[in-house]
Amino acid sequence: MNSFPIIRVITKLLIPYILLFGLYVQFHGDFGPGGGFQAGVIFAAALILYGLVYGLPAVHKVAPPKVIEKLTAVGLLVYAGTGLVCMLLGGNFLDYDVLNHGLLTELPAALDFLLSDKPHHFLPEGQHLGIFLVELGVGITVTAVMTMIFYAFAGRERVTS
Amino acid sequence: MMDFIVIPILALLAATAVTVARIRNLWAAVMFTGIYSFLSASWMLILDAPDVAFTEAAVGAGITTILMLATLSLTPRRHRRSGRLSSEDFEERPSRSPLVPLLIVTITGCALVYGTFDMPHFGDPNAPIQVYPQPSFVEKSQPDMHGLPNVVTAVLASYRGYDTLGETAVIFTAGIAVLLILRKNTDDQSRLESQAVTGENA
Repeated sequence: MNSFPIIRVITKLLIPYILLFGLYVQFHGDFGPGGGFQAGVIFAAALILYGLVYGLPAVHKVAPPKVIEKLTAVGLLVYAGTGLVCMLLGGNFLDYDVLNHGLLTELPAALDFLLSDKPHHFLPEGQHLGIFLVELGVGITVTAVMTMIFYAFAGRERVTS
Repeated sequence: MMDFIVIPILALLAATAVTVARIRNLWAAVMFTGIYSFLSASWMLILDAPDVAFTEAAVGAGITTILMLATLSLTPRRHRRSGRLSSEDFEERPSRSPLVPLLIVTITGCALVYGTFDMPHFGDPNAPIQVYPQPSFVEKSQPDMHGLPNVVTAVLASYRGYDTLGETAVIFTAGIAVLLILRKNTDDQSRLESQAVTGENA
């Protein structure tokens, strides 16, 4: 693809927005459509696009195959680890309600209580945190697996017959 | 009003499916499967399922098309079936009579259409999917999730978190399996290359 300057320039323009959209889908998944799986595929699509246009060595520099291989397991471990942390905190496996840390809500709520006597809402964010971590794990695994499959395909020689 | 969008999409879906089945150029067939996925994604968006539409557009139209094209670029262009037929033969009509397959397809299609008569109408409030988990997740998820608006994410990641863990493990296992199958060759090659290099050095 070295001889197509338009494709190279357009790709470089597009990739940041694809990555940004992937991050948006990942971290906005509990409020809008999306989630870890979709975000992982979008993220991997950006890497694959880069690899298609600029060649496999270029994308290997961005995402080394050894790192990608390890990330497949890291994502799954983040997911399962979230469940184990829930168990260590005394809940059931993947029972996010025990993850309530109160840092983000009790402090502002206390300030709010000091500043005004209006009724305030305590938002227990255990479910938010749990879903965030779990979706992060899914996103990492899906990105890594999709990229790894692309590497495996693109790294092979063409069969000649 | 929606019919102006729904009917063309469904007609294009049918036309694309027939084209994929009839076309003999493998590159074109892969591109048509991508078009089919995009049309399916639009159709799911109309059915108010943006999460599924997302997945279909990203996986079906994006990654699958890329991987199929990568596979095609690796395989020989000439298609040989069982060593006797070449790609030129593949263009011709099959010598077998089409009557028996046509009969089977017609009977299967009729059975499937007959099966849909028992299904509830689209959007029926009394359909089992609307009434079965009592009280439904839609009502329960707002207090349970403390205001998470996306019920799909709440069900996938929290209520059914254990299932999603299993799905992630399946993706991981599939990736490892693909790596084990496809990577062997390159490992052998790199070993051969390194042997050649060391041999030259010695």
